[in-house]
Amino acid sequence: MDTFVQQLINGLTIGSIYALIALGYTMVYGILRLINFAHGDIYMVGAYAGFLLATLVFNSEPSIFAFVIVLLGSMAIAAAIGMAIERFAYRPVRKYSRMTTLITAIGMSLFIEYLFVFIFSGTPRSFPQLIQNDNYTIFGSATISASQMLIFAVSILLMITLQYIIFKTKIGKAMRAVSFNINSAKLMGINTDFVIAFTFAIGSALAAAGGVLTAQYNPKIEPLMGIIIGLKAFVAAVLGGIGNIPGAVLGGLLIGAAETLVVGYGNSIGIPSTYRDAVAFAILILVLLIRPAGLLGTNVQEKV
Amino acid sequence: MSSWVKGLITGIVIITLLYVLNAMMSKTGFFGAGIDDYTARILVFIAINIILATSLNLINGFTGQFSIGHAGFMAVGAYSSAYFTVNHGKQIENAFSFLGETGSGSVVLIIAVIIGAIVAAISGLIVGIPSLRLKGDYLAIVTLGFAEIIRIVILNIDAVGGATGYQVPGYANFLWIGFFAVITIVVVHNIVKSDSGRALVSIREDELAAEAMGVNTTRYKVSAFVISSAFAGIAGVLFAHYNKFLSTNDFQFIKSFEIIIMIVIGGMGSMTGAIIGAIVVTLLPEVLRNLPDIQFGSTVFRFADLRLVIFALILILTMILRPQGILGTREFGLNWLKRPRKTSEGTESVGADAGVPIAQQEEAKHLQSEEEKDI
Repeated sequence: MDTFVQQLINGLTIGSIYALIALGYTMVYGILRLINFAHGDIYMVGAYAGFLLATLVFNSEPSIFAFVIVLLGSMAIAAAIGMAIERFAYRPVRKYSRMTTLITAIGMSLFIEYLFVFIFSGTPRSFPQLIQNDNYTIFGSATISASQMLIFAVSILLMITLQYIIFKTKIGKAMRAVSFNINSAKLMGINTDFVIAFTFAIGSALAAAGGVLTAQYNPKIEPLMGIIIGLKAFVAAVLGGIGNIPGAVLGGLLIGAAETLVVGYGNSIGIPSTYRDAVAFAILILVLLIRPAGLLGTNVQEKV
Repeated sequence: MSSWVKGLITGIVIITLLYVLNAMMSKTGFFGAGIDDYTARILVFIAINIILATSLNLINGFTGQFSIGHAGFMAVGAYSSAYFTVNHGKQIENAFSFLGETGSGSVVLIIAVIIGAIVAAISGLIVGIPSLRLKGDYLAIVTLGFAEIIRIVILNIDAVGGATGYQVPGYANFLWIGFFAVITIVVVHNIVKSDSGRALVSIREDELAAEAMGVNTTRYKVSAFVISSAFAGIAGVLFAHYNKFLSTNDFQFIKSFEIIIMIVIGGMGSMTGAIIGAIVVTLLPEVLRNLPDIQFGSTVFRFADLRLVIFALILILTMILRPQGILGTREFGLNWLKRPRKTSEGTESVGADAGVPIAQQEEAKHLQSEEEKDI
């Protein structure tokens, strides 16, 4: 039982990171119907921005203050980069077919990855320790580290903030309107270009927060770290019902928990732990075959 | 000239050309003219990528279904046939030893191709039947998921090397690879020009309307998917037996994306477009490898290290400046040289018609001509 609780804690830790990244995928998809394949790389950019801030600017003793500054700084940098990507790569192709926008997104992803390989080389870097990473014992013998608690605390805080922005502010209302129908929103006087840019900024900031939090938990960062985690986060977004914000969180937590449980218990039911990376896809396929629009998604009937 | 004579002549010319190129790649060369190993390898990969791009174009370009898991079927074909040749290749070679070394090797390769195609087709059927109920981006992510699952399952089968990789005997040469590339082009071209091909295009243009006209959309979608998977399997077989080494890293989802990039760059739904796309995407990174170094003061700036960054930039710029790809849905042919274009391109903004189904374009043209009549 104790190991189960331990596995669950570890699973929800990685699941929270998936959820943070999945939010960006789902918001951008909800508004533009674009699979932003470069989003996983923004997560990597966030981790590197945090790395640079932490090593160049704050070469100090571990403190929660330094961590908050690094976190907010890298979120701001990633938001700016996300807006730049939208402005220069996605906006010119927005009116073209889905395939064109998809290839642009893949191109953007390759561009960011190999630019970072060129600048920082492919060798992994070690992320500096910004907080005291003590372990605490809970529920008998299960342990939770300070960086895990930080992941839970920060992701819950960010999700509440996001919920507030989307449902209680004017820009949030505009975002909902644009995702409902972009042309009608334009006719109602909403500056859709600004709303889209804002969505990219928020999504990228959340992904960067995920990057810094992961780097704090597992301090090895490299330019290609965003590929697999980005793909799984996208799977999480689709699993929950793409375009649906609570769905993205639910999907992320589910996939994180399922993966860790397979690694922990898979061998006893005949699934080797090497199948870890296949779990997310297997769950996705099973769910989509039963609910083609994802767990919380609404199925839009095609009209003739 | 009747069409079969034309076909026969084209066939003879192509086979002679392939034979000469193949001879030039051998150690002795062709009457003294030779191709170095590096160039030979690029030519082989162009041919393999033509098979992949043309077959994916059948499902993505002509049927309009959004599949991004082609590398998975390539992996199935590669590994299943490699398992066969590693375990039974020598026996069959001995049984056909009266054909000489090249002859018996070719027999093994042909059997391997058949096995790879069949196994890939079966996996295409297994994946296709449930997946093709889904539409658009959901179909895309499910095919991607299946491809990744296939890759991870193969990675865990120790009989085919698992994570250490798999040594495969090299039965394939350029002659066979080029031959199968031509076969793929001919088969896909004939499918597209047939009644079934019209049915596939009708599904792309409007699935509901196609169904209303009596097209069994599920059957056509699944058959297109199975045929497309079988050819991906053949490409896998040829890759395995040319490269002589298989690693599951060769079949990651980035490979599937690469094939998508080929058909989109060339022009979705254009046969020649897919071929041009395959050539461009294979050649471009190699060409960029030769970029010069530039010295800024004491630091040497190596542009060649930036080749993948430049490749990505070219990709993005192509999509922004020419979203319908190099050819769009048109075909490149010799008649381009013969007759001048009917309409000057200057009057139409680039990409104005991208994403608009052909039926709507035709309707628009029709309406335009009606209006002109009224005036």
